[in-house]
Amino acid sequence: MIAVEGLYRSFGAQPVLRGIDLTVAAGEIMVVIGRSGGGKSVLLKHLVGLLRPDTGRVLVDGQDITHLGNRDLDRVRARYGVVFQGGALFDSMSVYDNVAFPLREKVKVPAAEARRRVEEKLAQVGLAGMGHKNPAEISGGMRKRVAIARALVTEPQVVFFDEPTTGLDPILVNTIHHLIRELHAKFRFTAVMVSHELPEIFEIADRVAMLHEGRIVETGAPAAIQASTNPVVRQFIRGDVEGALPAPQ
Amino acid sequence: MSGQAAPGRQPLVVRGFGSLGELVLDGLAALGRFGGFFILAVRFLFTPPVKLGRLSERIHFIGYKSLTIVILTGAFTGMVLALQLFLTLTRFGSEAFVGPALALALIRELGPVLCALIVTGRAGSALTAEIGIMRISEQIDALTVMALSPYRYLVVPSIVAGVLTFPLMVSLFDVVGIYGGYLVAVKLLGMSAGTYFGEMQTFVDWSDIATGLWKAFSFGIIVTWVCTYKGFYCGHGAEGVARATTQAVVLSSILILMWDYFLGTVLP
Repeated sequence: MIAVEGLYRSFGAQPVLRGIDLTVAAGEIMVVIGRSGGGKSVLLKHLVGLLRPDTGRVLVDGQDITHLGNRDLDRVRARYGVVFQGGALFDSMSVYDNVAFPLREKVKVPAAEARRRVEEKLAQVGLAGMGHKNPAEISGGMRKRVAIARALVTEPQVVFFDEPTTGLDPILVNTIHHLIRELHAKFRFTAVMVSHELPEIFEIADRVAMLHEGRIVETGAPAAIQASTNPVVRQFIRGDVEGALPAPQ
Repeated sequence: MSGQAAPGRQPLVVRGFGSLGELVLDGLAALGRFGGFFILAVRFLFTPPVKLGRLSERIHFIGYKSLTIVILTGAFTGMVLALQLFLTLTRFGSEAFVGPALALALIRELGPVLCALIVTGRAGSALTAEIGIMRISEQIDALTVMALSPYRYLVVPSIVAGVLTFPLMVSLFDVVGIYGGYLVAVKLLGMSAGTYFGEMQTFVDWSDIATGLWKAFSFGIIVTWVCTYKGFYCGHGAEGVARATTQAVVLSSILILMWDYFLGTVLP
């Protein structure tokens, strides 16, 4: 479904991705873990075509998207849903209009059908009856759930989650993880999630990839990652201060 | 021994030329991006679908919400102009020309320039800040990954709204300014209304009005182009948005004055 080959990207003199190799199978939930500032979001932006690599390729169903023009890239993106770290809700619109926006503008479904789907999605994320609110009037957890509803309302084949639970309390973290798992079971989308919510992500991931110093150092099922003998992976999972990972600056 | 000196050991003159070269290249790259931004906006302007809802919202934001400040500024500009012209022309016994002098100054020059500068401060800065906040909060990225062009939703409606509203706002500014001048010259300083308006009709012709409207039209493009561009490519965080907003207002103001001089030399 998605294959990343030798992805290299630097910003000025600072290399962030140093040769990423990763494959995501259709229908699986792949969670990319790694230190903050390690390039996880940069990797995600390459997968959705917001950034172009210095070298390397991103293949979606065998098609290299790294050199596509905007029009062709838009055709690929039409199958995507993206949940941004901060939600990226349009603050000039209500919650309802935010969720309805891709239906009205992208899929162009009839108004009655759009209303049904928006109300259904808001109910699925536990926000029935909150459509009239403005994004500024709702909590961080609610905003994340609205963002999930907006990303899923067009029933995309691939959904990207950029730290969907960062900054939320443990109950909300589990609520959102369960919600993602539930929606995944129902719609069978392929998901790529960037997160450092450990150990919670092991509950929802089909596979986990550890990003360290711009490379994927280990990929495997949650159980295999948890039993990893790689010192970097072990230290990150345990949250040890001392070890193979450089000390926080 | 190495044949090449390390950058830190290069002579001062070489380093100076290096820095100058980098500066020139950065400037040219920014200029290219600025031009490319406008070309893309024009391309989307002629590619359906046109977002009429967004356009009417932008007209409301740039035009309607600027009306109060345009009327106030127009009135006081006309009033102070009438006062100064009256006091000056009286010395030469030519106070009959207060009306046409005021009208010509307003219609050809002051109306378009002052109105554009004021709308830049009110609507242009807000436009940059709004788009800048959308950039840093990933709302522009959200539009992009939805396969919806931010140019179509944010840039094109703003530029079209600028083109449509600036001539109307400038016309209003001119009319209010002329009546502000009437209040001072006729009601306060005792000129006859017939002289004030009569001489105006004699000396102001359609080419003067066309000059003012051409200026307004082009200022509408300049202000919305600069302000949307600066918001679109703002830096990181609140500081980036603040810097972009300041740059948008400063650059728009400079370009308005430069373009005004240029048009003044080529238009009749």
